[in-house]
Amino acid sequence: MPEQGGFVVELEQFSGPLDLLLHLIREDEVDITDLPISRIADQFLAVIADLGLNQAADYLEMAARLLRIKAQLLLPRRLGDDEWEDPRSELVRRLLEYQQIRELVDWLHRAAEKRADRFGRGFEQPAPDLPPPPLEIDLNDLLAAAERVIALIPEPVLHRVVPRPLDVEGATARITALLAEREEFAWTDVVGAKAGVVEVLSAFIALLELAKRGTCKLHQPEPFAPMVIRREPARAAA
Amino acid sequence: MSPLAQLLEAALFAASRPLSIEELATLDPEAGESGTRAALKELRAAWSGGDHGVELAEIGEGWQFLTLPEYAESIDRAQFALRPRRLSPAALETLAIIAYRQPVGRVEVDEIRGVDSEAVIEKLVERGLVEVASRGEGLGRPLLYGTTPQFLEILGLKGLEELPRLDELSVALRPPAPAEEPE
Repeated sequence: MPEQGGFVVELEQFSGPLDLLLHLIREDEVDITDLPISRIADQFLAVIADLGLNQAADYLEMAARLLRIKAQLLLPRRLGDDEWEDPRSELVRRLLEYQQIRELVDWLHRAAEKRADRFGRGFEQPAPDLPPPPLEIDLNDLLAAAERVIALIPEPVLHRVVPRPLDVEGATARITALLAEREEFAWTDVVGAKAGVVEVLSAFIALLELAKRGTCKLHQPEPFAPMVIRREPARAAA
Repeated sequence: MSPLAQLLEAALFAASRPLSIEELATLDPEAGESGTRAALKELRAAWSGGDHGVELAEIGEGWQFLTLPEYAESIDRAQFALRPRRLSPAALETLAIIAYRQPVGRVEVDEIRGVDSEAVIEKLVERGLVEVASRGEGLGRPLLYGTTPQFLEILGLKGLEELPRLDELSVALRPPAPAEEPE
């Protein structure tokens, strides 16, 4: 199957690294259960270099595995009193298993060829009238999936950027004028009786600033009572 | 031939697909499945014996008339009917693993084949030869695949039990000497 481009040999000759290994073993007529790893590994590397297969990760992985087994054979590990671990055993097991599959492939191939020699009534090309793959979902799954999709749709976030409406400078000028005129005056004299939020805020910030600078003193006779603004004589004199 | 055998013959001639024994039994409710089965045997006998170009075959859980293999080439050459597309070795490998290990996940198929099998499995599902049979336990609840009646159909099998038993295969290149067997 053309899973990915890059090499063509796999399509025609080998269906994977195990297939290639089996091919080499068969060519050499060696015992699969007593693999001459060193020789097979060298041949494997030579073939994948020759065939330009060295892009295929599956083949590279097998090459690495063969080299590791080759190295492990030099330093065998003891399992029991008289037993030594055979680092080839896992590979041999896989090869035998794969070989079994190849035998079944031959059998399936022959069966399919035999079947293909017999035409049924109203022959139809097998591909088009296939049932779609079964969908294993219930209503809740479907709704959940729809919700996930909808959640992915970004909601436009609108920011209205407005120039800062506070007019602290204006308020400061107004208060300074009042201070020059009178020694003491009320909050309502600054903002008027029906001030909006912006005017109140502007005036309040201006007052705090002036009080900080020492131009005036702020005084509140009782909680929530209107603020009284008094000129600071010392500074005014200075 | 009995009237029921003739009725079955007409139904199988009219249908363009294999008909199961259950479907055929609905033709004559009085006969039931056993009566239908007996009539099918009678019909099959009538069409066998070298006098005909077709025969009655039981395949993939159904019955259908099929041409005899010896005429395949002539029919194919004349393009009156076309042989189905051949399956690639990769597809057959994957089918073999799924047929014997079902229900089986992709990871196990990859491991046995030594190559990534996702695309192959997808194609087999598309062709209706393999389907998701269940979901496995464990991480991500992987999809487990099994074969379909269509799989039996393209191989001309009545059921999975007609596949060769694993102990009938000559597993190793050379039978391993038991004493030297690894593990």
